[in-house]
Amino acid sequence: MERGELPKRQPRKSELCDHCALPVPAGLVRPRGRQFCCAACEQVYAIIGELGMDHYYDLRDRFPGQKQPAVHRGRDYAEFGDKTFEELYVREVADDHHRTELYLEGVHCAACIWLVERIPSFCDGVIGARLDLGRSRLVIDWDPRCISLPAIACRLDSLGYPPHPFRGAQGEAAAQRERRDLWIRVAISGAVAGNVMMISFALYGGLFHGIDPTVHRVLRSAALLVSIPALVWGGGWFIRSALRALCNRRLHIDLPVSIGIIAGYAHGTWNVLRGEGDLYLDSVTMLIFLLLAGRLLERGQQRRAAEAAELLHTLAPSRATRIDRSPDGQEFESEVPVEALLPGARLRIRAGETIPADGVVCTGRSELDRSLLTGESRLVPIGQGDRVEAGCTNVSAALEVIVEQVGEESRIGKLLAAMEESARRRAPVVRLADRIAGVFVGAVLLAAVATAVIAARIDPTTAIDRTLALLIVTCPCALALATPLAVSAALGRAARRGILVRGGDVFERLRTPGIVWFDKTGTLTDGQLRRADWIGDSELELAVLAIESESHHPLARAFLPTFVGSIPRATSVGALEGGGITGTVGGNEIVIGSPRAVLAATDATPDHPLARSAEAHAREGSTPVLVARNGVLSGLAIFIDGLRDDSLDTVRAWQNRGWQVGILSGDDPAVAQAIGARLGLDPERCLGGVSPEGKLAQIENDLAAGSKTVMIGDGVNDAAALAAATVGIAIGGGAEAALRAADAFVLDRRLAGVAELLAGAARVIVTIRSNLAFSLLYNAVGASLAIGGVLSPIVAAVLMPLSSLTVVTISWRARTFPEPAARGPVSSGPSTLPAHLARADHMSQTGHLSQAQTGEVRTCP
Amino acid sequence: MSVIYVLLPVALLLGTIALLAFIRAVRTGQFDDLDTPPWRMLTDDEGVESQPREEPTPPSQEAEL
Repeated sequence: MERGELPKRQPRKSELCDHCALPVPAGLVRPRGRQFCCAACEQVYAIIGELGMDHYYDLRDRFPGQKQPAVHRGRDYAEFGDKTFEELYVREVADDHHRTELYLEGVHCAACIWLVERIPSFCDGVIGARLDLGRSRLVIDWDPRCISLPAIACRLDSLGYPPHPFRGAQGEAAAQRERRDLWIRVAISGAVAGNVMMISFALYGGLFHGIDPTVHRVLRSAALLVSIPALVWGGGWFIRSALRALCNRRLHIDLPVSIGIIAGYAHGTWNVLRGEGDLYLDSVTMLIFLLLAGRLLERGQQRRAAEAAELLHTLAPSRATRIDRSPDGQEFESEVPVEALLPGARLRIRAGETIPADGVVCTGRSELDRSLLTGESRLVPIGQGDRVEAGCTNVSAALEVIVEQVGEESRIGKLLAAMEESARRRAPVVRLADRIAGVFVGAVLLAAVATAVIAARIDPTTAIDRTLALLIVTCPCALALATPLAVSAALGRAARRGILVRGGDVFERLRTPGIVWFDKTGTLTDGQLRRADWIGDSELELAVLAIESESHHPLARAFLPTFVGSIPRATSVGALEGGGITGTVGGNEIVIGSPRAVLAATDATPDHPLARSAEAHAREGSTPVLVARNGVLSGLAIFIDGLRDDSLDTVRAWQNRGWQVGILSGDDPAVAQAIGARLGLDPERCLGGVSPEGKLAQIENDLAAGSKTVMIGDGVNDAAALAAATVGIAIGGGAEAALRAADAFVLDRRLAGVAELLAGAARVIVTIRSNLAFSLLYNAVGASLAIGGVLSPIVAAVLMPLSSLTVVTISWRARTFPEPAARGPVSSGPSTLPAHLARADHMSQTGHLSQAQTGEVRTCP
Repeated sequence: MSVIYVLLPVALLLGTIALLAFIRAVRTGQFDDLDTPPWRMLTDDEGVESQPREEPTPPSQEAEL
């Protein structure tokens, strides 16, 4: 067969999406033509073709990386043109040159960089675009006379990269200055260390082969001169940090480091001036450089976690639909940024949207998902006059709401303030290295005094030399590197497993067991209602499925996944007064809905066995749905918020390490008890009906009682407790407030990550300990040589880097967060975090908005 | 006079120039993003020119080949 004329990209399998190259779901595979895994990919593919940017696909194939389906919101981004938005986020470089920074969802590979940065070539008026792939951040420059920001935003959205305003700009500037400052200090210390080493080599050569005394003196003076910048910029950093700790009456590992550095410089200067004695400057400058480089690495890893949290914050709803009245009495809607909302404004909140401010419903009936705010797993019906709170999700139908409190005045704002307050009050952890530092400083100073006194009696000429040599060689280079290196290696590995940890102290806080509280809704359970039980015949079940498949209500979707096979067609589907849905299937008229609504719609009495059963289930905290056929009660479905697959294993993992596990839930006490029973927990530790403030109080009680307390949660209602706890761990995909409060968070809503974090923390501590042991051993050897007076600068020059090298090796070889063999790497592409985040958002927040637009069907209690 | 008196200042001067260049690079933000540049340089010269899209061959025609 002749295969030569096949198109270039033929080897691609036909069932891969033509846009994102992910497999196409079986139901969407077309007999011929282009294949797409979703509608968004198809739209984006068409637009890239129209723009003549097909080269994107060549690049995508040439630089294989992470794959991710396109995200396409199809919004008009009108709020990007609002005055408040411009004041907050847009910088006017010149009249014809504006600049802003946007967070782009969906960028994930080298081809994305290429496509996004080519925007000026096909979008007139855009002057420049520069993408930071690791942080998914785009700096875009445009001419406001030619194009508006909403138009650019729409263009980005159409390419599959929905933009969001970047909200962390202020904190970012300070952090950036600090980061650059550390880089410069590392650079200066490195340059000095290299040059001093070069000069020292000449001096070592002279030691063995003889050297002209003048050259010797010049070289030593040069070494001292060259090393001064390292003392000022590198050493100064440690000395300041040690002094700051001393002022706070704390001992820090930087204290012995500073003593060593100062002793080294004092000794070197003294010996250069008097023209004899040893010079340890090469060792000291190298040590400064290595230590600073270690700190730089640690900061870099911590920054990753902090930025990932920041990105999630950026993804929070940024706009609201405000209804205004024009002078001639006409009502019109406009999209405004949430920052522009004022009390009294009237908002339209569509089904599926998150409520941006506290207020009162003025028109419409709907249901509210308050799980993130309060932990309730049941949907709450609301109508005119009811209060709604920012952070809740409007589930089934559009509402009009009059704003009462915004921002910090709203309930969520107060919770955030409480969270920040409790985070401020939390006592800092004393790190292992710092604890050793205290003993270490004492021991070294004692040894130094003893050496000085004893050596002065035996051989007064060498007493000062020996004492200073002791102080220099015991400068705990490896000791100070031990923690940062082990921690930064572990942070990097954890991030690859989808576990983001804000700082190394988290590992040390998890070292010894204490009390751990799990939130229920969204943490132990996945927050999605699942059908637990069905009473009724199978023909009725099919009819119910037929009707529910027409609805996008969360409960309706919970009906479907359990079913495989063909579903009959339902006709005349409509809403039921009071929460429910009606329809006709095979000539039978079916009514589905909350017990109250169904009883009202039929002649059945509350004494009917099914109705009584429904009543009993409702008391236990599950959600019953009654079904009537032709006016006769004949079916009952029970919905519960199901446990996650990995809940039991995770709880066991914590218990096995000696932690006391409990549930702290905002949901009904009966539900908390039921879930606790399934997990085999002590009923006394399964608390339900706990308000956010109550959770905080519980954590503070435990802390006051002296036990280490860990909180694991996902909602805004957990945020204050997360911040107050010894360690707060948030489950990703939850509320961004929780993520901001937490010390660590697990992406992908994977609860097992919490158990991995605990196991990994234990391994990190083992690594740190072996590092500390090795470095103390080297220090002991060096110290005995110095006291004996046999330590030469060459020995010191070999010993110090060797000890650091040991620590580096141990840290990098430690398998703190191993990849499970079966699953393979989580990702291999250039950017790990934003892709995960974008996915989480895609699934959880607004991705399926369009499905729930009308809300004509309702089923719920 | 030993050559070292010339070489040492020259070497230190060169080192200082390199250090200053590095500091300038840090100050202008060249070390702020360490993830994107390694990828960007791979696609820097790629233009926008592209061939028209080839429609995939329907299975029936492929069978005839």
